[in-house]
Amino acid sequence: MNMKVAEKDVLVHCHHVTCAYGDVAVVNDVNFTLRRGEFAGIVGPSGSGKTTLLKAVLGSIAPVHGSIDMLKGLRMGYVPQVESVDWNFPVTVLEVIVMTRSEKKWWPRITAAERAAAEDVLERLGLGGLSGRHIRELSGGQQQRVFVARALFHSPDILVLDEPTSGVDVRTRHEVLHLLADLHDAGMSVLLTTHDLNGLAAHLPRLICLNKEIVADGSPREVLVPDVLEKLYGAPMHVLEHGGMPVVLDHSENPMVGRFGGKAV
Amino acid sequence: MHSSLMYALNLGEPYGFQFFRNGTFVALIAGGLCGLLGVFVVLRGMSYIGHGLSHAVFGGAAASAVMNFNYFIGAGIWGVVSGVLIGRIARRRIIGADAAIGVVTTASFALGLALLNRYGQAKRSIEAVLFGSVLGVKNSDIIAVLVVAVLATVVIVLGYRKFLFSTFDPEVAEVSGVKVSFMEAALMVMLSLTILVTMRVIGTLLISALLVIPAATARMLTNRFSRMLWISPLIGASSAFLGMNVAYHTNTSASAMIILVGASAFTCVYFGSGVRGRRRMASFGHL
Repeated sequence: MNMKVAEKDVLVHCHHVTCAYGDVAVVNDVNFTLRRGEFAGIVGPSGSGKTTLLKAVLGSIAPVHGSIDMLKGLRMGYVPQVESVDWNFPVTVLEVIVMTRSEKKWWPRITAAERAAAEDVLERLGLGGLSGRHIRELSGGQQQRVFVARALFHSPDILVLDEPTSGVDVRTRHEVLHLLADLHDAGMSVLLTTHDLNGLAAHLPRLICLNKEIVADGSPREVLVPDVLEKLYGAPMHVLEHGGMPVVLDHSENPMVGRFGGKAV
Repeated sequence: MHSSLMYALNLGEPYGFQFFRNGTFVALIAGGLCGLLGVFVVLRGMSYIGHGLSHAVFGGAAASAVMNFNYFIGAGIWGVVSGVLIGRIARRRIIGADAAIGVVTTASFALGLALLNRYGQAKRSIEAVLFGSVLGVKNSDIIAVLVVAVLATVVIVLGYRKFLFSTFDPEVAEVSGVKVSFMEAALMVMLSLTILVTMRVIGTLLISALLVIPAATARMLTNRFSRMLWISPLIGASSAFLGMNVAYHTNTSASAMIILVGASAFTCVYFGSGVRGRRRMASFGHL
């Protein structure tokens, strides 16, 4: 009985997953399970295989070894990096939102029902009244939210985001973080990648630390510790505590000290 | 009064010739068709692919002419195969993919040229394929361009959402269940067929201009993909119609005039649409 409930609860299960480009393994022997209602971040330095692992979960890269099991009929809402979007492309907010329901639609016109549903999602994300705008005419935070809205319009079981705070300013980062926390509170499962330890990772309930292999998996308090961080980044790091949250300092070997007549910060 | 009547008669004069009526009709449809597919060429940054593909199709046309094979079947197979291959090479975004495409398509072009030199009947046929010829328009050309135009319109209307999604955001489209590689192959096949049926009128060398100019002009006029899809064919068709008439009265090459009319429209819009239009153009860094 208990087993059955647990099975139904598992959205994604990676079983000894290895991904490679050519002969070079980028992700090696990764195991993790993601359950419904979880809010997890894959953290690691650049080149650690975060994005590759995310793409394997999304199904756009096939693992060379191991398997990824999904809940039957799992719907994923994917939010790509803001930097990968062509902001000059001639589309309005409404057209972007409705895109995700295009796989079985033969009629080009957006129907009244689709428009109403899209306006509803936009309203929920604080983007009411912007549906007719060109995507370029939005602020950074609004642009990010439009792509979250598009993913939500697909009625996903899980929201998957690639580096949601990369290339955005501090204000937008806060907006994104609050938005994701609100969605999680409302029952949405979230999986994201980030290299932003203090700005994003430290706020998440669960962190999967990846450097080709999984180095640690747990809450920020458990994994944002000098031991794990040294394994992750290959350099010693300090961890302080501020307001009950770990804060990672990476200036243990500050190359600027003494260069401009200044002292260590 | 009298002289303006004379002038009006004179404007209608070329329509007394069967070859001009046929040529104008084919050019009109060809301009619209190139405008329609040009939207994807411009928004995907594939202008060099359109250029390369027309050169590749030329090789196929020459080979089928030399082997006494039906032009549409011979050059059609050659064009569709090279179109799909070029699409696949470009999609992988390998470093040097553009160079590889350049080598293959110009080699195909060179092969066609050599074959025609060695086995072709006259210099005239080479010129006709390179620069286009309205005189050579046959009934089969009219049927072919009509069939491809209807086919492309139906496919683009029915696949509108999937084409839009996979053009704007191929990665997310794939994850959302759109068969992106299939959509891309469909686009390359339509592009090859378009080049195939319009090449004999517009010519190998100038066809890529007709794929780029109307769509780039339309992009400056609107911020909507759906509007681009009718504005661009409209510009393409009007350029073709005007170009044909100007060419008759000035006794110049029809394809050259079609492109010049299109380029003039582009220039007017570029300066007329002000900063806003030019900023929209900024997205085509590769043109």
